[in-house]
Amino acid sequence: MIRNSPSGYGAVAIVLHWLMALLLIALFAVGLYMTDLSYYDRLYHILPWWHKSIGLFVFGLLLLRIVWRISNPTPTPLPTHRPWEVTLAALTHKLLYILIFLICLSGYFISTSKGKGIEFFGWFEIPALTTLSSDDTDLAGTLHFYLAWSLILLAVMHAAAALKHHFIDRDETLNHITFRKKP
Amino acid sequence: MKKMIATALLASTLPFTSASFADEYTIDTKGAHAAINFSVSHLGYGWVVGRFNEFGGTINYDAAKPEASSVEVTIKTSSVDSNHADRDKHLRSADFLDVEKFEEATFKSTSFTMGEDKKATLVGDLTLHGVTKPVTIDVTLSGAGKDPWGGERVGFSGTTRIAMADYGISMDLGPTSTHVDFNLFIEAVKQK
Repeated sequence: MIRNSPSGYGAVAIVLHWLMALLLIALFAVGLYMTDLSYYDRLYHILPWWHKSIGLFVFGLLLLRIVWRISNPTPTPLPTHRPWEVTLAALTHKLLYILIFLICLSGYFISTSKGKGIEFFGWFEIPALTTLSSDDTDLAGTLHFYLAWSLILLAVMHAAAALKHHFIDRDETLNHITFRKKP
Repeated sequence: MKKMIATALLASTLPFTSASFADEYTIDTKGAHAAINFSVSHLGYGWVVGRFNEFGGTINYDAAKPEASSVEVTIKTSSVDSNHADRDKHLRSADFLDVEKFEEATFKSTSFTMGEDKKATLVGDLTLHGVTKPVTIDVTLSGAGKDPWGGERVGFSGTTRIAMADYGISMDLGPTSTHVDFNLFIEAVKQK
């Protein structure tokens, strides 16, 4: 099924979830690695280029995902889920979206702070909306760093909760976001 | 009578005061007739050229006694501008200027020596990245005199070269990029 149903997420939501998870983890790792490269490293210019293009791509995926989520039903929580688990999970999902949004935004403001756009895979340029003072640009950089760490830590908790449901509670929670749903 | 003596005394001291005290000039950053530009070799093939957009300072200058001239400049390090957002952010970081820790760089002259043909040598202490070292600036006096708007101005250009390692900046940009060349274009207006 392409669309979500009360018994689980559809193909679009599943692909978006795992693709974004993969890209965001890669962006985080590359982001930490590339800022410590020496000037003569072969990857000194190419990694930031990929980081920015993929970051912009993830922002596009996020917008698509939010639209898809609003226009689709959300799978019903399992009867075994306690109310606080349902609330906490929903809150975590919202917070993950907000963090990704803010990370994309702060990254965009770093690179466009002097009024120049960002190259998107050498295909076209995403224009700058505004210019920023050097202090504000550095603030955007600091936020980008700490928000990225927050996202990864929250995602680890999100994953830990899913694995707990899968291996300890042995329920269908994790299978909701896979293609291995029970009929 | 008392008043007359006082006036006479005051008048007699005037020529001395103007002869023994240099006039103070403010560097004309307001009208942007001053620039602190720099260049660093890029890989030995090209250059990175940048500037500090925010600075200020004063010049004490006496046309009759140019040797007594002095210069003081304060630069806001976070105003470094190489026309590249990501590079400027890197230049502000702890790898280079560390502007959060060292908000200002200063230059205070210690001697000024006139040479021939409008050339001069300005020696002073440059404090950058928390390190103070003497630098020698080769100066060319460009002119001095009245401006069309009722003020008086002096101007000079200067060049100097510093090693980044001397100031504790350890980022390795390669063997050809260890120094920074400064090009200074300074004009100052006499304070009224």
